[in-house]
Amino acid sequence: MFFTILQHTRLIGISMILLLLVVAVYAQEEPSLPAGLSDSQSQDSQPALPSGLGAEPAAPNGLDLEPSLPSGLGTAASLGVEEAETKLAKESWLDVTGFWEVRSGYRLRSDKYEKDASIGETRLQLEMEKTLDEFTFKTTADLYYDWISEDHSVDLERGEGFLDLREASVGFSPTDFMDVKLGRQILTWGTGDLVFINDLFPKDWQAFFIGRDTEYLKAPSDALKASFFTDLANVDVVYSPRFDSDRFITGERISYWNGSTIAGTDDIVRTDKPDDWFSDDEWALRVSKNIKGYELSAYGYWGYWKSPGGFDTSKGRYTFPKLNVYGASARGQMGKGIGNIEMGYYDSRDDRYGDEPFVNNSQIRYLIGYEQDLPEIAPDFTVGLQYYVEQMLHYGDYRRTLPSGNKAAEEYRHLLTFRITKLYWNQNLAYSLFTYFSPSDKDVYMRPNINYKVNDNLAVEVGANVFWGDYPHTFFGQFEDNTNIYTAIRYSF
Amino acid sequence: MAKQIPLTIFILAWLLSLDSWAIAESEKAGVTADKSSEKEVLSVDQIVNKTNHVAYYQGFDGRAKVKMTITDSQGRQRIRELTILRWDKPDANLPKKEQHKDSSFCGEQKIYAFFNRPADVYKTVFMVWKHLDKDDDRWMYLPALDLVKRISATDKRTSFVGAHFFYEDVSGRNINDDVHELVKTTKDYYILKNTPKDPKLVEFAYFKMWIHRKSFIVVKTDYYDSQNKEYRTYEALEIKQIQGYSTVTKGKMTDLRTKGNTIAEYSNIKYDIGIPESIFTERYLRKPARRYLK
Repeated sequence: MFFTILQHTRLIGISMILLLLVVAVYAQEEPSLPAGLSDSQSQDSQPALPSGLGAEPAAPNGLDLEPSLPSGLGTAASLGVEEAETKLAKESWLDVTGFWEVRSGYRLRSDKYEKDASIGETRLQLEMEKTLDEFTFKTTADLYYDWISEDHSVDLERGEGFLDLREASVGFSPTDFMDVKLGRQILTWGTGDLVFINDLFPKDWQAFFIGRDTEYLKAPSDALKASFFTDLANVDVVYSPRFDSDRFITGERISYWNGSTIAGTDDIVRTDKPDDWFSDDEWALRVSKNIKGYELSAYGYWGYWKSPGGFDTSKGRYTFPKLNVYGASARGQMGKGIGNIEMGYYDSRDDRYGDEPFVNNSQIRYLIGYEQDLPEIAPDFTVGLQYYVEQMLHYGDYRRTLPSGNKAAEEYRHLLTFRITKLYWNQNLAYSLFTYFSPSDKDVYMRPNINYKVNDNLAVEVGANVFWGDYPHTFFGQFEDNTNIYTAIRYSF
Repeated sequence: MAKQIPLTIFILAWLLSLDSWAIAESEKAGVTADKSSEKEVLSVDQIVNKTNHVAYYQGFDGRAKVKMTITDSQGRQRIRELTILRWDKPDANLPKKEQHKDSSFCGEQKIYAFFNRPADVYKTVFMVWKHLDKDDDRWMYLPALDLVKRISATDKRTSFVGAHFFYEDVSGRNINDDVHELVKTTKDYYILKNTPKDPKLVEFAYFKMWIHRKSFIVVKTDYYDSQNKEYRTYEALEIKQIQGYSTVTKGKMTDLRTKGNTIAEYSNIKYDIGIPESIFTERYLRKPARRYLK
């Protein structure tokens, strides 16, 4: 009896092994169905191992092996079963994000007017967002300590001191076709890549030149933005009740051409800025429409030259003369890349005839650009080219009234920009170089940068701002001694 | 960062869509493995069309949260998390009620992808208008600069946001770019070999697909180089029924040369939401479409 049972057991064992072998052989030829895909007659009612048979050495033509069915395709039952939706984690009451960074940089040339260190700061950016009913409140505040700067008192207009308030706004939609955003905010429009014609929102050129992150090129506006969305076109209106100038070069951190020589801390730019609420205001308008992927826009601006554009000889101060700008742009797919074209007429209202030597002449600015991936050369490789022209109007009057001894600007300022970007290591390492080159001014500004994301939170970068020019009075040539190299480490959260 | 985001977004969107309803349709057409209908045979084109539909066109719109875990050759991991909205242009040739019910319909689409992680790209939005007859239009919104950037869309076979998925894996490769051969039909699968019409445009010599016969879900795709060596493989790891649509909720792309891989997991999936087309415009790049992202 016992023997019989033993025999039976052995038989059962053998047959099970045989069965397993059969199944295994069968499975090699036909991948088992993943859970959820097979019907009830299937022998593979058990969810098959995902890695399954696909990883087996391939047959000569490789086509005989089949993958096992993934979970969800194997069992008949699961086909009819509705999966409950995965619940998202409950949202936190207040959405706080930001980063902490340390940035340090040095001049590569000696500059007798400036410190050797070009930048040295630690910065904590806190971005908070809260939506209450229809209102979205947003605040972005940078708390920072800058050990190059000697003055640490807070100036919110210039973003100096230990606090740079980048955003403090409330947004809402009073109707289906309208958005409103009120308060301090960063504003951008136009088609240029680091070249601006119709974007007359404030820029921080100092931050750009000393090696802060590119996002700091845009300085905040204190404004009301109302956007209207209609089938005919979209309209954006921005009203700044008090003029927001650029954060321009003052000589404190960057030496510059003061009209007769290179100067810096010995000759800080003093300005007479229009600053009366509601009378020294700015209006900016954009009418835009996207036609089959081609973005067409028309722009208007009524305000002031954003960086000093005039000089008051009686007070010895730089001024911000009145300026209106009217322009248009188009952008869209062109050939294998993205093409853009933009122009703007700069109507210098305090010098309509060009014969006022201490006020900028009127101009027309033109831009044409093109950007494309070049997978034929390398993956993750992009190049961009732009050609920009600044045409001074009333050039004869300008030359005639130019005070003797002053260097005359060219009638046409030609500027080429070249951007080249290459990514490596799953796009965690980025090499980029942005170059401005003016054949008419004979000057160059190069912005090489290498950025490596150590992990999802930590990034390190090294970069430089290289200025070079034949003459000390040209746009980039004047900054030659400010050529600098910087490095930064940033932890994002 | 700007450069890194664009490609990634797409992949995710498409992987979302597998249809149970396509199954019903195919059953009607007699495509199933049922004994009664076994003799009825689908043409290669029909299989390719249905597969494309199931992979990228289920429901008339959809939303999913996607988590991509990218593991490099040395085992280091990066996480990308984004929420994707998809809108399909209705088939103008059909009456309204019939639209979105044609399982072979694969028209133009619009995609909106909002980044949650990593922290340095939070609130970045990537938007695509997918075209059939020309290159897609792509935009990216960078919140710190309030910048709406236009992204070049020619490079379809490079990594999407650093993942092992290519842009084309996410958005769907144009079915007219390959010659399709039905190599074999097994109990569970149609096995297709796809050879590019213009080999110069792609890095593969051909790729094989295992298409589940009942659901038209692509369970596995193997890519081969010109030496006939497999170098890249995709596997569907998990499928769920969501509102009646069979949906890949977990997929893995492996680079066999570097051994790196990316696992994409989809959650919070919803179809047929009624997302207005107007969401896919510059307005909602600057102001996130929170109502539909939740």
